[in-house]
Amino acid sequence: MRKKTRIFQPKLSWLAIPFALIFIAYFVVPLILTLIVSFWDYTEYSIIPDFIFGNYVYIFQGCFSFEDGLCLTFKTYISTFFFCFFTWLITLLLGFSVAYFLAFYVNSLPLQITLFLICTIPFWTSNVIRMVSWIPLLGRNGLVNETLISFGLIQEPIEWLLYSSFSVVLALVHLYTLFMIVPIFNSMLRIDKEVIEAAYDSGANQFQIITNVIIPLCKPGIIIGSIFVITVVMGDFLTIGIMGGQQLASIGKIINTEMNYLQLPGAAANSVILLLITIFIIIVMTKFIDIRKEL
Amino acid sequence: MHKIGSTGFLIFLSIFVSFVLFLYGPIFSIILLSFQGPSGGLTFPLNGFSFYWFGELWRGSGLVDIGASFRRSIGLGIFVMALTVILSVSAGLAFRKKFLGSDLLFYTTIASLIVPSIVLSLGVALEFRLIDSLIITFGEMLEIQSIIENFQTSLGMYTSGFGAQLTWTLPFGLLIMFAIFNRFDKSLEEASRDLGANSYQTFWYVVFPIIAPSIVGIALFGFTLSYDELARSSQVMGATNTLPLDLRGLTTTVTTPIIYALGTVTTSISFLVIGFSLTLVYILRHKKIT
Repeated sequence: MRKKTRIFQPKLSWLAIPFALIFIAYFVVPLILTLIVSFWDYTEYSIIPDFIFGNYVYIFQGCFSFEDGLCLTFKTYISTFFFCFFTWLITLLLGFSVAYFLAFYVNSLPLQITLFLICTIPFWTSNVIRMVSWIPLLGRNGLVNETLISFGLIQEPIEWLLYSSFSVVLALVHLYTLFMIVPIFNSMLRIDKEVIEAAYDSGANQFQIITNVIIPLCKPGIIIGSIFVITVVMGDFLTIGIMGGQQLASIGKIINTEMNYLQLPGAAANSVILLLITIFIIIVMTKFIDIRKEL
Repeated sequence: MHKIGSTGFLIFLSIFVSFVLFLYGPIFSIILLSFQGPSGGLTFPLNGFSFYWFGELWRGSGLVDIGASFRRSIGLGIFVMALTVILSVSAGLAFRKKFLGSDLLFYTTIASLIVPSIVLSLGVALEFRLIDSLIITFGEMLEIQSIIENFQTSLGMYTSGFGAQLTWTLPFGLLIMFAIFNRFDKSLEEASRDLGANSYQTFWYVVFPIIAPSIVGIALFGFTLSYDELARSSQVMGATNTLPLDLRGLTTTVTTPIIYALGTVTTSISFLVIGFSLTLVYILRHKKIT
């Protein structure tokens, strides 16, 4: 018996190699370099290989004395968490309601697909334009203020509609509710309709069915959606920049500013901290689910 | 339960309708405002109706060279789209069987989707700045005149820019492939093999027609996400600007409806691409397999 030997025997798994190379070159190596450079020194015009903790010390300067109130870093993180929390809460409630409507009240599949696409299409258009498009509505002389004044509800235009925390959260909700809708909708489609019928026949009302049957069964979708929304807001600098009129703080904006001034090791140290906090949040949230089973 | 016309139905229907208005209302307001007359401002009411601001946009008055960055964005979008399709489909095929490191690669892909964009942008920028200093050191050591005199940076759309965008588009591509293969009926392939087809024939005549609508979906993600991408691109395009980068600059400097005209144009292009792709998906889905 002689085994047929082949020198070149392609395997199916090799098809993943180009894909893996892209992630090594543009994701893994950059993150490792960020960690390394966060310990480097820098001057106004160059970065110097070194191993110092100065960049981290600088970030937390005065943070643990509490004599002059909160330090800049803590204030910035509190501001970032604030945007995270409100965006998360609103996108969750809104995304859940929209997914619930699509999954349980729309019975025809073509209509379900059409309505789902209506929710998805804006995701494929420009984020900057979607932010700019709030100006005619929320501006000082915008539609909202004009309408309220013409109804006599207010005398003076409301100033906090645009370039404020309000407009930032509004724009974030506008941009990212889809990240909640998709995974929650996906979880809801897997719920056996008979389970709901059984609960209904046993005398549960709609509120009880939502809280005791649907929410527990949608937990994976809710968690995946929450991870998406929270991570995207944690690192956001564009929405908070544009919709906040460049006046509000976020950790992403600090990193962006440091990069514009070529303080790369400082930006790298801030990125490492941001990444650690983000990973921590994700670990806490994924403790209960296996993402891969949800696809 | 869940009857059309019940109180619960009306409540959730009104939430859904308000959500759709909330999604589309703002964009339609700027489309309306972009058709104002020359005296039009940034807010309602409309001042006349004309194509004046589109004319201004076409002449490029008061703007950076929007036409050039527009062409660059389209070119890059097509390039990223092609790579997203090829790489995700081939990786999707590989992932159908477990292989060495398949879990690691999967979690890396998901991590790439949720890593803060600014961190990724910084990392890629750092990588290419370090490559720059290597090239300069190398050029000085070997005294290569062209490097010493002319070399600026290795950062650019087709060196660092497209890669940063792929870390955003490829995860969507792979997830779509997972979704299709998780629901894929393997007996079709077995039947094809039993009938004597080799693995290439099985792929092109059996698997490919079934996954074709999803591939169009991946292409749609690849193009539109690249064409509008800003967060990850922001630090890695080198000396050139893509359309979203220019747009962000314009939000702080332009105070005329010309920015709405630009918004109308880019949104129309997005809508055209989306409409074309979805129609194609529809046709492919409903085509009889012959």
